[in-house]
Amino acid sequence: MRLLTHNMLSSNIKGVSNGFPLRIEVGKVVEKQVDFNADFLRNMFPKIEWKAFVDAAKTVGYAELPEEVDSSALESEEFLNKFHHALLELHLEEGALVCPETGRRFPVSKGIPNMLLHEDEV
Amino acid sequence: MPFRTAQIGLVSSHPEVYEPCDDSFALVDALLADRNHLLEHHPTLCMEVGCGSGYIITSLALILGQEAPGIHYIATDTNPHAVRVTSETLEAHGVHAELVNTDIALGLEKRLAGLVDVMVVNPPYVPTPEDEVGREGIASSWAGGENGRSVIDRILPIADNLLSDKGWLYMVTLICNNPSEICLQMRERGYASRIVVQRSTEEESLHVIKFWRDLDAQEDGKQMVTPNKTAPARGVMESLLSQFPLLSTWRTNSNNSS
Repeated sequence: MRLLTHNMLSSNIKGVSNGFPLRIEVGKVVEKQVDFNADFLRNMFPKIEWKAFVDAAKTVGYAELPEEVDSSALESEEFLNKFHHALLELHLEEGALVCPETGRRFPVSKGIPNMLLHEDEV
Repeated sequence: MPFRTAQIGLVSSHPEVYEPCDDSFALVDALLADRNHLLEHHPTLCMEVGCGSGYIITSLALILGQEAPGIHYIATDTNPHAVRVTSETLEAHGVHAELVNTDIALGLEKRLAGLVDVMVVNPPYVPTPEDEVGREGIASSWAGGENGRSVIDRILPIADNLLSDKGWLYMVTLICNNPSEICLQMRERGYASRIVVQRSTEEESLHVIKFWRDLDAQEDGKQMVTPNKTAPARGVMESLLSQFPLLSTWRTNSNNSS
């Protein structure tokens, strides 16, 4: 699971008002090389919740991202490289995503998060 | 020159996962037929709901392939075996999609709203008793409840929420799902539609329908629900029905009741 996906997931348990961002419990993180594409990064940048993204990157061991950023950063190749690496190349392979309100764990196994709810959570 | 799609020999399998079949091939053929439009569309995010064996999302990634780099693919399935099989199928073809084991798009609906440029769905469309819907394993790939519409009718509003302003939806329907009614419901949500692929086999008659947001459709949709403006509504309905020649029975019934 890429950090991009983490940035798009929230806890949908009944009664939870703010299920984002899910806290990451790290079991195993792997790096997979992905072709660099600046257009994709520029398209995705405005859709990313930056603070959640920076925190997620730190949790999986990558602390190179700036805490605060605006779209002028997209002019910088150095920034784009870091953004690319954190967004697409760092995978949570094993671990869990934890609902910030209820503490419910959504397991991540073989890189795939299980967001299915139990009957009493829907 | 035929473009590369997923190779059956490389598609992974599991006893509890639906294997690529006529409906899967019809959807991939629709994507192939629309390939040039898809390339010109410049999608950033493409998503499949109900990825099963992974044949379709893998094919989509291969069809757009090198000519459209920098597309992010996401696929979901409620069946945990299916997402694992999809992951193996993707890997065997050297492409990537992010996978989420979830019910349609549960957990993604908030943050992914308005971001999906292309959505593909081969839904569980087979008419079954309602209590067969939502069962675990391979039944989730086909059990569609009354008229095969139970899951389709849950997917459509979610698709509407997830699709971007320029978003396209490709969906497989069976003739008994009443595709012209699905098109009318989508028109009320502001979508135009057209049939990309039509295929009749001994067992079933399939359509792959493409939906896209269209301001005129929205106006027509609004008029349609206004009781005093039945004329344009009829016009819309007739033009939609003319797309579905096999629906003569439905057309007759509809005329009788109005």
